[in-house]
Amino acid sequence: MLKVSRLTAMCAPVFAAILLALSSAGASPAQTVDRMVTHNPPGRAGGQIVVALRSDPKTLNPALAADVPSRDIIYCMNADLIHINRETQKTESALAKSWSVSRDGRTYTLHLRRGLRFSDGKPFNADDVTFTFQIYLDEKIHSSQRDLLIVGGKPISVQKIDDYTVQFQLAQPYAAAERLFDGLPILPKHLLENAYRNGTFSKAWSISMSPGEFAGLGPFRLKKYVPGQRLVLERNPYYWKVDGQGNQLPYLSEIVFLFVPSEDAQVIRFQAGDTDILSSFSAQNFAVLARDQATEGYRLLDVGPGLEYNFLFFNLNDLAANNLPQISHKQVWFQDVRFRQAVSSAIDRDGIVRLVYGGRAAPLWSQVTPGNRLWVDSALPHPARSLERARELLKNAGFSWKSDGTLVDSQSNPVEFSILTSSSNAERMKIATIVQDDLSQLGMNVHVVSLDFGAMVDRLLNSFDYEAAIMGLASGDTDPTAEMNVWASTGGTHLWHLNETKPATPWETEMDRLMNQQLITLNYETRKRLYDQVQQIVAQNLPVICLASPDILVGTKDRIGNFHPAILDPYALWNVEELYVH
Amino acid sequence: MCFCSSATRGFVWSDIVKHRHKLWGALLLLAGLHVVVLFAGFFAPYGSSTQDRNLPFAPPTGLHFVDASGKFRARPFVYGLKDDPQALGSFAVDSTQVYPVHFFVQGSSYKVGGVLPSRLHLFGVSAPGRIFILGSDAYGRDQFTRFLYGGQISLAAGLIAAALSVLLGVVIGGLAGFYGGWIDDLLMRGGELFLALPWLYLLFAVRAALPLHIAQWQVFLLLIVVIGLVGWARPARLIRGVVLSAKERNFVVAARAFGASDVYLLRRHVLPQTYGVVLTQMALLVPQYVLAEVTLTFLGLGVGEPMPSWGSLLASLQQYYVLSSYWWMFLPALLLIPVFLAYYMAADALQERLKTVPL
Repeated sequence: MLKVSRLTAMCAPVFAAILLALSSAGASPAQTVDRMVTHNPPGRAGGQIVVALRSDPKTLNPALAADVPSRDIIYCMNADLIHINRETQKTESALAKSWSVSRDGRTYTLHLRRGLRFSDGKPFNADDVTFTFQIYLDEKIHSSQRDLLIVGGKPISVQKIDDYTVQFQLAQPYAAAERLFDGLPILPKHLLENAYRNGTFSKAWSISMSPGEFAGLGPFRLKKYVPGQRLVLERNPYYWKVDGQGNQLPYLSEIVFLFVPSEDAQVIRFQAGDTDILSSFSAQNFAVLARDQATEGYRLLDVGPGLEYNFLFFNLNDLAANNLPQISHKQVWFQDVRFRQAVSSAIDRDGIVRLVYGGRAAPLWSQVTPGNRLWVDSALPHPARSLERARELLKNAGFSWKSDGTLVDSQSNPVEFSILTSSSNAERMKIATIVQDDLSQLGMNVHVVSLDFGAMVDRLLNSFDYEAAIMGLASGDTDPTAEMNVWASTGGTHLWHLNETKPATPWETEMDRLMNQQLITLNYETRKRLYDQVQQIVAQNLPVICLASPDILVGTKDRIGNFHPAILDPYALWNVEELYVH
Repeated sequence: MCFCSSATRGFVWSDIVKHRHKLWGALLLLAGLHVVVLFAGFFAPYGSSTQDRNLPFAPPTGLHFVDASGKFRARPFVYGLKDDPQALGSFAVDSTQVYPVHFFVQGSSYKVGGVLPSRLHLFGVSAPGRIFILGSDAYGRDQFTRFLYGGQISLAAGLIAAALSVLLGVVIGGLAGFYGGWIDDLLMRGGELFLALPWLYLLFAVRAALPLHIAQWQVFLLLIVVIGLVGWARPARLIRGVVLSAKERNFVVAARAFGASDVYLLRRHVLPQTYGVVLTQMALLVPQYVLAEVTLTFLGLGVGEPMPSWGSLLASLQQYYVLSSYWWMFLPALLLIPVFLAYYMAADALQERLKTVPL
């Protein structure tokens, strides 16, 4: 990555020189449009596609959107400064045509494309960028992006150099800084400034507003919204990308989002031909759809393991203040690494892959999935399931077995605990049932408890009233910085032991050191070595026992061209501007 | 008049015979069913939670008498399964693997009546062969085995809850009918209140208020208590009606005139007249309450994995891929039909007997 940014840094003056030459040659700067040329084969203009979303969007305001449907729609309507190409997993220029990094790695200078217009026809320049970051960084707005923009404990500072140059200052070198800009849509100052000044920004761009009040730099703009039924986006005539033949993108005239509440209903609608693209569905439904794919004019693609990792973890929280004696007493087992290793060794990961995901998943021994090609430690050992090893570990940890096979600890207490899962996730419930059966073979009496997701999260994050749980996490990016909140001991998603004032174990101290070191290291190879060590610590000490990573499965009608699904969100629509209808 | 009377008598007699047949037929069917369920360990070929992770959603195993070479074999046999290369996750019959079915075989251990350990099973095939009469579920567990073990939970829940309901009905309906007046008003209005209770939501609320994980037997007890407690009002009303008319009968009035106490009257003269209603109500309520258990477990409020019940066997049908791909997952639902039918037949025959045979 550093190489890329250094290269662009060297190229930047050249671009600037060409631009200067163009403008000095008499071309009016207002007419010069720095279009971006894409590389996919040219498509056909016109037509519409229909895509199903689980629910209505809650808002179309990028600073406030937290739910998946809102974010999917916002993705189609907006653009960011630097973009992560979902296919290569690397950054590429977007609204910033080029950028350079200072030698100390703390100053980023971005050169914006000239002559671009928002979807309402108004011009775009550096004022929009500074305004946008003012919004994202404003504590009163509570934008979900704000956390990302705090580097080394301080917010990134933004400064306009001229109309088409913006400079970002970081408190410390930050390895993945350019990846930060992905997913930060640039907002139109001319439409939102009043709302911001009047303190009504939290109501701005709510879903009930008329289409004329929205504008973005993305390939599509809002046309119509029928609550509870559908939302229609139309082509943005001012969009700034062209294909290799100079045709302006996007090709599609319209995207229709239908609101279909459940996965099964979405599968049926796709099967019936009502929708053109389907993503985020189970391997079992994949098998159902696969039977008819030859005759029904659609095709299904298994993109391989995504970034989601599902894992089992034990409650290692400090429960002194929570008055949960039942759980504190069981923590003696959970805190013993040999107990966790025995559990890990007894779990049949291949069985999970086969039974839960119909073979469309990868077994995991650490948090980085094989889909994350740049960061996975491929040298990590993958020990096969072994009940003998598990028994050996338990024996060494002072456990023994009664005559009826029940496992008891050194005080003769039978080993019995419950595993919490979310009742809305059929796959994790199935994993829990398999784990329950596996551990019963070690003489452990395991109960599976399913709660609705909200109640479960409350127990995991607030009351700590649980013994073990099965969860899944998926970062939005392949880069390890996206995982800081999980692996740093102070992180908000450090699930097994939250609110640590100092690392509770030596290996957590080491993990903190490695994570913080990789954060400020700019060289990819060095960072990779550091993050490999983190993966080894996770595999060895098992704060979470990683189980499996499901494949990203998508379906599309045969008539859709340039369809290249990726493992990064949004899996199927990431190159929506290039999609076309045959 | 004589002609008329003999004709009536003839009709009644043949009716009694017919209903007696129906009753015996139904009772025999029910007895058979309950014996099989009670001794599930013997009749089922596998353990209730034995998983074969290589055979999830395996179709029902076909019994064969003629092998691939066309030769007839006296002992039935089954073929092994192999992964279907055409479709990931489905199976094809492998006619090279032949497993004869044996009777009275040793297999996984279980306890007869929860006490006596045994390994004897009615039938089975030797490993690695598998016999799945009703196919296997998502974990490769035998559906037939789970149906039999599931019956233990579901039928027990239905029977105990129905007994609880009817017992409450007899006590409350008996008191209301016998004493009348404000006691009657109070009890019957209370009953109406119970009829109006949204019991499903009640159960959701009760479950939410309980601790995170409660033992399976506690869940089971909770189911029974909630189903049984909520349903007493209907039998109570019926029994009150019978008691109301019974206490006005001449022999009851006469007994009272001779100085019989209330307890004596209720015990000797009034309540015995309700026994027909009680039996009919039992036969009607058991399938209703089994269905209630099935519904609650289907919704995730019943006993949890890996313990099977009829409701949890049907719960997988909530998923589209199961509905559309694995027809054998419907078989437990089909098997419930004769179970319910037998109970309703018994109730029907009892009802008819009540009408035709004066108590």
